[in-house]
Amino acid sequence: MTRLSAAEHLGLGDKLRLLNWGLVLLIIALGGIGVALLYSAGGQNWRPWALPQLTRFVAGLGLMMVLALVDIRVWLRIAYPFYGVMLFLLVVVEIMGHVGMGAQRWINLGFFVLQPSELMKIALVLALSKYFHGLELDEIGRPAMLVPPLLMVLAPVGLVLLQPNLGTATLLILASGAIFFVSGVRWWKFVIVLVMVAAIAPLAWHHLHDYQKARLTTFMHPSADPLGNGYNILQSKIALGSGGMFGKGFGLGTQSQLQFLPEKHTDFIFVVLGEEFGLVGALGLLALYFLLLAYGYMIALTSRSHFGQLVAFGLTTSFFLYVFVNVAMVTGTIPVVGIPLPLISYGGTAMMTLLIGCGLLLGISVHREVRISRTGISEL
Amino acid sequence: MSRDSERSRLFTRRAVLIGGAKIGLFSLLAGRIYYLQVAQGDKYRTLAEENRINLRLISPPRGQILDRSGTPLAINQQNYRVVLLPEQVEKLDLLLDNINAYVPLTDSDRRRIGRDIRNSNNLNAVLVHDNLTWDQVAALSLHTLDLSGADIEAGEVRSYPYAESMAHLLGYVGAVSQTELDEDQPELAIPGFRIGKSGVERQYDAQLRGEAGNVQLEVNAHGRVVRELARNEPTPGRDITVSIDVGLQQMVQNRLAEEESAAVVVMDVHTGAVYALVSHPGFDPNLFTYGIGRQDWDRLNNDDRTPLLNKAVDGVYAPGSTFKVVVSLAAMDAGLLEPKGRVFCPGYYELGDHRFHCWKHGGHGSVNFIEGMAGSCDTYFYDLAHRTGIDRIQTMAGRLGFGQKTGIDMPHEKTGLVPGRAWKMANRNVAWQPGETLVTAIGQGYVLATPLQLATVAARIANGGKAVRPQVVARIGADEALSTSWPSLGLEPKHLALLREAMSAVVNEQIGTAYGAHAQDAAMTMAGKTGTAQVRRISTAERAEGVTANDDLPWKERDHALFIGFAPVSNPRYAVSVVVEHGGSGAHKAAPIARDILVECQKRNVAGIG
Repeated sequence: MTRLSAAEHLGLGDKLRLLNWGLVLLIIALGGIGVALLYSAGGQNWRPWALPQLTRFVAGLGLMMVLALVDIRVWLRIAYPFYGVMLFLLVVVEIMGHVGMGAQRWINLGFFVLQPSELMKIALVLALSKYFHGLELDEIGRPAMLVPPLLMVLAPVGLVLLQPNLGTATLLILASGAIFFVSGVRWWKFVIVLVMVAAIAPLAWHHLHDYQKARLTTFMHPSADPLGNGYNILQSKIALGSGGMFGKGFGLGTQSQLQFLPEKHTDFIFVVLGEEFGLVGALGLLALYFLLLAYGYMIALTSRSHFGQLVAFGLTTSFFLYVFVNVAMVTGTIPVVGIPLPLISYGGTAMMTLLIGCGLLLGISVHREVRISRTGISEL
Repeated sequence: MSRDSERSRLFTRRAVLIGGAKIGLFSLLAGRIYYLQVAQGDKYRTLAEENRINLRLISPPRGQILDRSGTPLAINQQNYRVVLLPEQVEKLDLLLDNINAYVPLTDSDRRRIGRDIRNSNNLNAVLVHDNLTWDQVAALSLHTLDLSGADIEAGEVRSYPYAESMAHLLGYVGAVSQTELDEDQPELAIPGFRIGKSGVERQYDAQLRGEAGNVQLEVNAHGRVVRELARNEPTPGRDITVSIDVGLQQMVQNRLAEEESAAVVVMDVHTGAVYALVSHPGFDPNLFTYGIGRQDWDRLNNDDRTPLLNKAVDGVYAPGSTFKVVVSLAAMDAGLLEPKGRVFCPGYYELGDHRFHCWKHGGHGSVNFIEGMAGSCDTYFYDLAHRTGIDRIQTMAGRLGFGQKTGIDMPHEKTGLVPGRAWKMANRNVAWQPGETLVTAIGQGYVLATPLQLATVAARIANGGKAVRPQVVARIGADEALSTSWPSLGLEPKHLALLREAMSAVVNEQIGTAYGAHAQDAAMTMAGKTGTAQVRRISTAERAEGVTANDDLPWKERDHALFIGFAPVSNPRYAVSVVVEHGGSGAHKAAPIARDILVECQKRNVAGIG
């Protein structure tokens, strides 16, 4: 479908020149903060977390740089196949999970543990962007035209819910909703969906797993069971709150160093920062994330192609959702949802997914002048 | 392209709208973080400190108990014990099996350990076995690899070097029972803490105990200690010096060794300082240090000779003829005793249609007061008591210290009993009979006294009528604990002098019942009064056939042998009471013991020690 003219090919030098180096530095800064916090959380040790994280981050950074050079039209071309493969893998892990018992969410490739639900976050953004990129504004108004993208969203969401992974499903729905919205889907259609969700919520409650129900009730009454489900969030608040204005100092957070803080290297790593660097550190990190989002917005708004706009917006929104859900969770603002803090939490798959996303974002920035017609043919 | 640019404008508009929402949500997070870290920062700082800081109490070393010359009587000895660190125990049963290979554990040990582990807060170690032998320590140390979660700790245990001879006096220490736990005394909850259960250990527990120290520990979420933050050393308990002379105490113990069951109190007539306090047989208080075994407990508890009872303080006996000193003073006080006055003793005294027998078959003949006392003539004292009346006798007994606690600093002191009209009516619901006055006069019937009371009365007679009180503890730390000034009993000095003369005759005149027990060295001679207390009724039929000799009776039916006395006669310093349970005659059994003890006191110059 897509035919690229020679004139539109950018040389490697051009691409490196067009690369958004500010964003790259920001990403490296965030990754560095992550490694430092993992070093502290490990008791001022490179093991068990800081060193593997650093290795993966450096590797992921390389992958990100390579992806940043890939032409945006390649993404457009492979959007559906990529989505299809991820959907297939989700089905595979679902079946394997049933065979292997328990909630298995990954495929061990030997050198790399592939978690399809993670990569699906990118695949879905690409697929939806491609779909809406190909629609005219009038067509978006037709309800029938919304059926394919809805199915695109609901299929992976359903599979992820079966795993069960409420956090990722929520993230997929919210990011997709945002893409629907900026693509021009009418306000009232969102209202209808919200009303419907409200209507079936009590029904859905019965289908939640006990641990999921417990998370919700714990959120409502965290101190009711301080040594059980409420323990994590209570200790998290104690750790964060005791950090005060300037924190206890690097490596001196008693809550994290003395194991009171659970999951301090993964979902609760923001709290390690908050405890050791106080309000200054916590808001400083939020500011860096805000800066990253601003870069994302700038890329989305300056992209000449609608596909590029939608992908950049979708990825930025996903990134925002990671940050918001994680920080809101560890501060006890929303129920406990297992979402890592992007680029900082320990974990290979999430790190890879995020750096791939960043690569795409950088690629859109590099190829911001590339125009692509609705039908996929590039224009100048 | 206009439609596409319109699409792009819509995108921009809506993306900015959502961007605004994101900024709003980020602000919400920032506000939330501010609220937690700054607005509520103090609260969470406190909670974080409570999380990490744990206060562990440190046992204070218990004060030692020393005798009057500073010889240690109760000390703390290092011991080794094996404990479990609950947090590190993985398979309890397996671990206990492994320990059992070197240190035998009973099923009840295992149950207790299981219970302690479940109740533990992970902070305090759980005791598995105390008082390990060196071999056990060595074996456990060698096999530490199989014993992960177990640890060997050094601690202190109470030890009593003079075991048996000091058992009743010092008492012993034991574990704190559930009912003894007290919020105001947090040290009681320290695992393995011991408190005084009897004797001086109990009476002076507060002084001996000291104050617990504490250590502030930083712990992690699993309760494992990370480091020590601060330490307040415990205040050791104060050493206590008892007035006992361990040399004299052991001499008394040895002197009583051939007797079945006996009690002796030796005290200073002026200060009340108790120099020896022995209840025979004794027991080994070290048995109680680790909790006494069932077998030992049964053996001690079922013994007729009551080794666990401190007979000197908690035992009550009919005082027998020693009570005649009370009758004498009561009669003198009432002006009814004419020293030269004579009474004829035909071997009995008739009151109404009842005949009251004198102990001497055939009688003493004509006796005056000195002779009556020296020969312990019952008839003389029947007459004296009949004329004096129970009321005066009861009053004098009370003034001298019978029927009430002496106030010695020992737990469980018995009161004894001095009967009277009101007591008889209240307790027997029958009026007092004149004959009962006669029975009381010779220390039989209802009247009961402790060996401690008997010694105290002897001391009060010897010191010229001062209400001296027996005292065991001489010093607490460096502070003097002995009282030295005593109120007067209000007795006429000449009455007391006459009584002392009569008591001297008991020992030093040939007619005296205890003449056989007079000291070889005249300067060390004693004065006193014998007593032989019947513990069974002698029937008329038996009396007609001739009273069975004591030696022919079963031990439990033989008479108690008693003696009270003081020495030296010229300037009394030491008072003594001797009670030999079922020992037969006071003159032949108790008096020689008293003599030996009083001579030893003077030879050792006990009062001059320390």
